[in-house]
Amino acid sequence: MHRITCPWCGPRDEIEFHYRGDATVSRPPAGAGAAAFYDYIYTRGNPLGWHLEWWAHAGGCRQWVKVLRNTATHEIKATGKAWDALNKPK
Amino acid sequence: MRLAAGGRIDRARRIEFRFDGRVFEGHPGDTLASALLANGVRLVGRSFKYHRPRGIFTAGPEEPNALVDLRAGARREPNTRATTVELFDGLEAASQNRFPSLEFDVAAVGGLLSRFLPAGFYYKTFMWPAAFWEKVYEPLIRRAAGLGRAADAPDPDQYEAMHAHCDVLVVGSGAAGLAAARAAGAAGARVILAEQDFELGGGLLVEPAHEAWRTQTLLALAAMPDVRLLPRTTVFGFYEHNVLGAVERVADHLPEPPPYVARQRYWTVRAKQVVLATGAIERLIAFPGNDRPGVMLASAAEAYARRYAVAAGRRAVVFANNDWAYYAAFALKQAGIEVAEIVDVRPETAKAIATHHHGIPLSLASEVVAVAGRKSVAGVTVRPRGGGRARRIEADLICVSGGHDPAVALASHTRAPLRWSAELAAFLPGDPVQAERSAGAARGVFGIAAAAHDGARAGAEAAEAAGFRAAAGFALPLPDEAHHTPIQAFWEAGVPGKSFVDLQNDVTAADIRLAQREGYQHVEHAKRYTTHGMATDQGKTGGIVGVGVLAKARGATVEQVGLPTYRPYVTPVTWGAVAGREVGKHLTPTRRTALHHWHLRHGGVLQETGLWMRPFYYTATGEAGWEPILREARAVRRAVGICDVSTLGKIDVQGRDAAVFLDRLYTNTFSTLPVGRARYGLMLREDGIVFDDGTTSRLGEQHYLMTTTTAKAADVLEHMDYHAQIVWPDLDVRFCSVTDQWAQMSVAGPKSRATLQSCVEGLDLSNAAFPFMAVGEGTVAGCPVRVFRVSFSGEMAYEIATPSYHGVAVWEAILAAGRPFGILPYGLEALNLLRIEKGHVAGSELNGQTTARDLGLERMLKKSGDYIGRVLAERPALNAPNRPRLVGIRAVDLSFDRRLRGGAHLVEKPGSSESLGWITTVTFSVELKRWIGLAMLRNGAARKGQRLHAAFPLRNESVEVEIASPHHVDPENERVRA
Repeated sequence: MHRITCPWCGPRDEIEFHYRGDATVSRPPAGAGAAAFYDYIYTRGNPLGWHLEWWAHAGGCRQWVKVLRNTATHEIKATGKAWDALNKPK
Repeated sequence: MRLAAGGRIDRARRIEFRFDGRVFEGHPGDTLASALLANGVRLVGRSFKYHRPRGIFTAGPEEPNALVDLRAGARREPNTRATTVELFDGLEAASQNRFPSLEFDVAAVGGLLSRFLPAGFYYKTFMWPAAFWEKVYEPLIRRAAGLGRAADAPDPDQYEAMHAHCDVLVVGSGAAGLAAARAAGAAGARVILAEQDFELGGGLLVEPAHEAWRTQTLLALAAMPDVRLLPRTTVFGFYEHNVLGAVERVADHLPEPPPYVARQRYWTVRAKQVVLATGAIERLIAFPGNDRPGVMLASAAEAYARRYAVAAGRRAVVFANNDWAYYAAFALKQAGIEVAEIVDVRPETAKAIATHHHGIPLSLASEVVAVAGRKSVAGVTVRPRGGGRARRIEADLICVSGGHDPAVALASHTRAPLRWSAELAAFLPGDPVQAERSAGAARGVFGIAAAAHDGARAGAEAAEAAGFRAAAGFALPLPDEAHHTPIQAFWEAGVPGKSFVDLQNDVTAADIRLAQREGYQHVEHAKRYTTHGMATDQGKTGGIVGVGVLAKARGATVEQVGLPTYRPYVTPVTWGAVAGREVGKHLTPTRRTALHHWHLRHGGVLQETGLWMRPFYYTATGEAGWEPILREARAVRRAVGICDVSTLGKIDVQGRDAAVFLDRLYTNTFSTLPVGRARYGLMLREDGIVFDDGTTSRLGEQHYLMTTTTAKAADVLEHMDYHAQIVWPDLDVRFCSVTDQWAQMSVAGPKSRATLQSCVEGLDLSNAAFPFMAVGEGTVAGCPVRVFRVSFSGEMAYEIATPSYHGVAVWEAILAAGRPFGILPYGLEALNLLRIEKGHVAGSELNGQTTARDLGLERMLKKSGDYIGRVLAERPALNAPNRPRLVGIRAVDLSFDRRLRGGAHLVEKPGSSESLGWITTVTFSVELKRWIGLAMLRNGAARKGQRLHAAFPLRNESVEVEIASPHHVDPENERVRA
């Protein structure tokens, strides 16, 4: 079971969170066109290794948490608030 | 037989138990296995595939053979290892996998046919003919090759979940574990020490010389307030982020749990640091007949003699490739068991002199090549390794030791690599991945003193890593006898015959070679093809032996072949423990509205819809089937009805940018909504598919109240959170769910206004002052209410919301006010009937596949401004003219018995298999007096007036229907505005 440190609540069990997915994509501006929105919704890198993800602390403070997680090992290197920049290890 | 003296059993007390119906006696401190051996019972089960007679092979959880059905009736537990079952008064156990009896098993003839049951026999033998599978092969296999029988009644016992945090979790209480716990505890760390056995001590329990140190250390640990000792607790899994799972057998050693005591506890332990002091498991050697009752691990024979004072045989032969087995031989000799000979595969050993001293004959560079006896060992055949003159030794006990495998399963769960040690001929845990470290035999440090020193180091290290400062030392056992001759890897005697590498699954060395020849070279493939290392024991005693055989067949090293991946659980865990209290009604929470008990008191038939309990209808005496539903719906159409709609999601939205936010959330506009008015809103997902709908009211300039469907309430809130926090963090908007805070009721029907006018105070409800979609506040029976003039039924209707604790008072006041008009409460079924008549979409239509256009709601899509889903909803395929579109359907036949069914397909002609669309939902209309429904139909708009057939092949039904507007009732919307 993952232990995820919510920046607002502290370390919590995975079961308190809902997973959303890729936190590297962001919603394009309204006029960006279908291709940009298509990428935003469907195009995913599926990386092996470090990945920035959104997890919603649904069973806690309802805040969306940015998580830097390794998809191969489940290691979580860092967590942050929505606006925090988390850098992937090289 | 029971030895005259010694052991850790309480000879003063006797325990009576039954095995296969026979009554035996044992003592407290016995396991079922030791008590059976003490009574001379050797044959305890039949093997999985060949039904070969099997005996007790080990003295611990690694047992492959001695699996029993424990207890009876609802408490019967199959595949229980007799070697770990603590004896209790009245214990009842039965052997498994035998028919008709253990002594005489007709299927043992399978042993004679064994050349037809090779590796992969499931795949080969039972392939053809296909029709035979279900009727012949499968029942046959299940009968012949099953393990135990599960209980067929609900488990009467309770199980608990425990959650624990600690600085250092120590797994295992042998010399290493005890020393680690003491070192960590002395440093001030919060320590949990988990031991699977019922006695703490691990290997110390068979070392009388170290008993003083064990006792002293346990006393020291008991005196540490932050050290928790958990005997009877198996740590079964090491999960990511240092979360470990364990199961504590709280009452398994009692006939049944005392009142209010759980049978088992399922622990989830979050540990800062972990010390794995899990010890080592002795491995078998493959030789023909190595599965006969009387063949046993050397360490097991030693444990039975020393711990349980049981002679597992009268005359033993020890077959080994390492020096540690000699200690077992000496222990047997000391206990009075004759040791006929030690057969060592190695050319020399440092223990030769000691062996001579003990008067035990020793054969070096020799191997066991045959076993005499069928249901019990009668002798062994020994010869020089590789060939030469064979001779027979009379013996009834063969103690086998192929070396010791560090119990690396938990370390391996963390994906820590394993490292092959040629010196120890074993895999050791490699560099840790998580915050853990192995200690003692678990990392190949054998011997009591060496393990204790290693444990003390590991405990101190763990405490320091958890932020503590290790304290001064404490007494550790004196160093062990030094000078060992290294083990020599030895997997298999070099003769043909049934040499088992997996006793539980009846896998022989020849099976492994066959798998290799047939292309299953990879250890994972070979495992699955032969079933080697599967089932309850997970190949604990022979896993590596199979790998050794495979390596030789491949011409590779053991290191290159490697072990199959270890996964939880280390030993089997009862489903009851996994489920804990979350069974039956406790599996999910039950949500009840504020009016729940009113519904129950007034004939409401409540059913679960999602988590909510909702009244489907209210019964009056004698009513059956659809009668109450139709009666309730008629009341709404003719007069007035009241319905509990508290389950609708309610989200209170406030902030300077609340209007902007809602404009982006919904496809239609809410910034233009006047204060005091409500508006129906449609929400898309970003991919353009309809997400949810509901009415939203403007309570103030910067204050809205949204409603969502019951089912999507939580999803909508999370969707809003995502967009407010991540996509548009610049917007000043705050919102939260108020679903549970408000009781809400729909008052619908031509007499709804009259009803409310006689009970709502402080609000002018006349049509001019309070038109359709008006929102206002007033009081009912002195309770504050919000009134929304919205309609789901198609009738003039109002929704009344009041703080939950006023729910019943307001509901009853409205009922009283409506009595002169014939008001009736109506349930979910009537609500659904009414909305289908009116053509409102709900869950069956908002099914995650439909667009606004599909539902005929394209007018809800605003022409300008950004909103979620706008761009992708414009994709051509989502706007293709031939997409199924919402229509109404009506049965041509007026008969109630010729019913329509949701899920039926619409076809041109009866019997046609070309589907034009499908029915989403149906009801019997009180207004049209026939079956009606909603459907998704290709070219639906153009087909109005056509006749099609609703085909439901599952029931061989076909009903003629007419295609119509979805608005079966009042399409002009006059009633709601009246």
